[in-house]
Amino acid sequence: MKLHLRIWRQDDSQSKGHFGEYDLENVREDMSFLEMLDVLNEQLIDSGQEPVAFDSDCREGVCGMCSLVINGKAHGPLAGTTTCQLYMRHYKDGDVITIEPWRSEAFPVIRDLIVDRTAFDRIMQAGGFVTLHSGPKPEPNSIPIEPEVAEQSLDAATCIGCGACVAACPNGSAMLYTAAKISHLGLLPQGQPERYSRVKQMVEQMDKEGFGSCRNYAECEAQCPKEISINFVSQMNRDYLKATLLEPVDRRSKMNAQ
Amino acid sequence: MDFDAKIPDGPIEDKWTGHLESIRLVGPRNRPRYKIIVVGSGLSGGAAAASLGAMGYKVHCFCFQDSPRRAHSIAAQGGINAAKNYRNDGDSVFRLFTDTQKGGDYRAREANVYRLAECSTGIIDQAVAQGVPFAREYGGMLANRSFGGVLVQRTFYCRGETGQQLLLGANSSLAEQIRNGGVQMHTRSEMMDLVVVDGRARGIVYRDLITGQIRSESADAVVLATGGYCNVYYLSTNAKGCNVTAIWRAYKRGAAMANPNFVQIHPTCIPASGDHQSKLTLMSESLRNDGRIWVPKNQSDQRPPSEIPEEDRYYYLEERYPRFGNLVPRDVAARNAKDVCDSGMGVGPTGYGVYLDFRDAIHDQGKKVVNAKYANLFEMYERITADDPRKTPMRIYPAPHYTMGGLWVDYNLMTTIPGLFAVGEANFSDHGANRLGASSLMQCLADGYFVLPSTIGDYLSRHPSGEIGADDQHFKDVEGEVKDGLSKLMSIRGNRSASSLHRELGKLMIDYCGISRNKQGLEKALSKIPQMKEEFWAHLSVPGSDDQVNQALEHAGRLSDFYDFANLMCRDALHRDESCGCHFREEHQTPEGEALRNDDDFANVSAWQYRGEDHEAELYQEPLKFEAAPLAQRNYKT
Repeated sequence: MKLHLRIWRQDDSQSKGHFGEYDLENVREDMSFLEMLDVLNEQLIDSGQEPVAFDSDCREGVCGMCSLVINGKAHGPLAGTTTCQLYMRHYKDGDVITIEPWRSEAFPVIRDLIVDRTAFDRIMQAGGFVTLHSGPKPEPNSIPIEPEVAEQSLDAATCIGCGACVAACPNGSAMLYTAAKISHLGLLPQGQPERYSRVKQMVEQMDKEGFGSCRNYAECEAQCPKEISINFVSQMNRDYLKATLLEPVDRRSKMNAQ
Repeated sequence: MDFDAKIPDGPIEDKWTGHLESIRLVGPRNRPRYKIIVVGSGLSGGAAAASLGAMGYKVHCFCFQDSPRRAHSIAAQGGINAAKNYRNDGDSVFRLFTDTQKGGDYRAREANVYRLAECSTGIIDQAVAQGVPFAREYGGMLANRSFGGVLVQRTFYCRGETGQQLLLGANSSLAEQIRNGGVQMHTRSEMMDLVVVDGRARGIVYRDLITGQIRSESADAVVLATGGYCNVYYLSTNAKGCNVTAIWRAYKRGAAMANPNFVQIHPTCIPASGDHQSKLTLMSESLRNDGRIWVPKNQSDQRPPSEIPEEDRYYYLEERYPRFGNLVPRDVAARNAKDVCDSGMGVGPTGYGVYLDFRDAIHDQGKKVVNAKYANLFEMYERITADDPRKTPMRIYPAPHYTMGGLWVDYNLMTTIPGLFAVGEANFSDHGANRLGASSLMQCLADGYFVLPSTIGDYLSRHPSGEIGADDQHFKDVEGEVKDGLSKLMSIRGNRSASSLHRELGKLMIDYCGISRNKQGLEKALSKIPQMKEEFWAHLSVPGSDDQVNQALEHAGRLSDFYDFANLMCRDALHRDESCGCHFREEHQTPEGEALRNDDDFANVSAWQYRGEDHEAELYQEPLKFEAAPLAQRNYKT
């Protein structure tokens, strides 16, 4: 098939961007969307032009590196599918496809379709862990976990941190990502000791990063490639409310005092 | 050159504990004075950086991705082995050890493999404590599944995303250390070279992939956790960014490379569909628990697979290997798939595919049960091929997946350069000539959580901390060399993309140094690689500049190292004049077509030492001893 591509080009975070227009022929339906872009890039490189910069790595839908807003949808038109797992059989000859980077203030463009998502990592670093050292730990079967609870926790933990929720949200909110990370640990017995300090610290960091607030548009859930449920957001809100009432005190420095 | 593996004395079951009790320690007050660089943030690197940071060392961790969570360990699907014996089915540390040795066709170091089996149970404990949501049984106990090459159920799993969950566990510990200042994380930073001062590894030179700046970081020790080199084949199950550059540059600085030809070709991947193919997708081996592998008996059978009756199907693994059936080790399954396809029985448009059929499993267990086990794998397959494996069998074919070869390390995981350590897939590791399923996660985490954090202290304690900074002349010299290398790539200004050149190298390697090899083919590859390298240096096109994001430059740099590496792989495969595990030399097979080892001449590790651009690499051999698990012919038939 033959396609017309409108692709966002931007030299770096400081420059002004624009749409580049490209015609691409001989696109096969068993190509993935990124392979279609690879073909375009090879043609550009062979003729000495600068290829379109975009992020991707595992191309199996799990590393969360790939992104792209395709015709206005994060990761394209298919539900529960990352861009790398989107195949050209869902397009037809003569289609015009507009390809943009994630659009959010908290995710500045680095080049073309690549954005800076380090804000997500800083949210994790604020409290997305169980404090521990490496070494001997209790026998895991000494703390039985209902399979339903383990599965729910995994439903949240399956988040790949791609940022589609932010790109999909009219407000650029990162509530779904943060809620998934909080719920993963908050549901498990191992996550209980730090449950309320965790939610407080992570939500505060999320706010600091400049993400927008949640207005229940639910676009995040609709465009999440892992179909993470927004029920986790209510779970996070409940925990956060409780945390503000409890006001957990970070006693680390006191505990470390000699 | 020192090839002493430094294996501790004593009976095999006491070696590791005895070693731990006798090695030197660095005290908690001194640890912050020692700086350690960890390159790579996957399971081995992430776990090592987090563990070392928690101990109090000053750690700098590097990855080329935008977040440590994206390292390719994340894509591991099926599970992780541990000798917990929860199923009461005869499992033990010793059994896991012998299974791994046998699976690896006796080309690994006994002491290392035993230690790996010993550490396996602690990994599960550690991961559960981090909040890894492993599958549970109804009573709340941990669930298990089985994997190829063993007769017990010892594999722990999180649906089909065990790698992601274990990596999130390691990454959460890493995040804790980054918050506490124990670890400084450098994302979108690619190691370009190793800096060796007075014979010791003292730091790295890296490229900031956003600004293109060449920078240095000095340290008291360097740990490479940079994964495997399957992308030498262009098409593999590895992520697009996986490359050999870090370990190759270390090799050129004096670290020996061990068994580079040992590459695992995974039997269950989705076949390639055309030239545009950018990677191959693995379908977890766990599918072989319930899927039956077959091809039509009649080569010209044009019926859809679901309409082919039982008597016209050739369940070749079940017939050839009645005891293990569809669960034979990966190398055996891969070779048999190639064999039936070479004889014209393959399916699909290219004729290089076999069926993996769930019909009987769905009939026996019900759609719901089968679906619950493999839903995400079925969906992934359907997204890529538009076929529903619940209705029609999957088509699969082997693809390069994991590299058992890598930097030579001693028992302490130190390479031949003092102060340079290698962990995870980057070292030549514990899997011999073939890795069993669900063992890579185990080895990465054993190295990262338990082995390296102890053994690196013994090295550090023998050297004063500090003394050298990144402004030292040695660093400036290496930075200069790196910059020259990049300008050379930029200045060719030819008309061929790195991808098109890489595809040619990959095709050559899979044809002549892939599932099976022979002398003639390897010699042919060795004569062609220099021509391809010449073509690369004459016609490469890298548009743009080197002071900004330039993915074409990144790819070209990685590919330039793959040419020399491919050459060494073929030389290694040619030298190893025997068949063992993944390394199937057609000249050496049993009358039944199985790998025929030559233990008299090749019960050893081949370690190659760089001798300069104009000289052939020099070969050293580390003899392997088999005392606890005596040598035996691999037999998965009876």
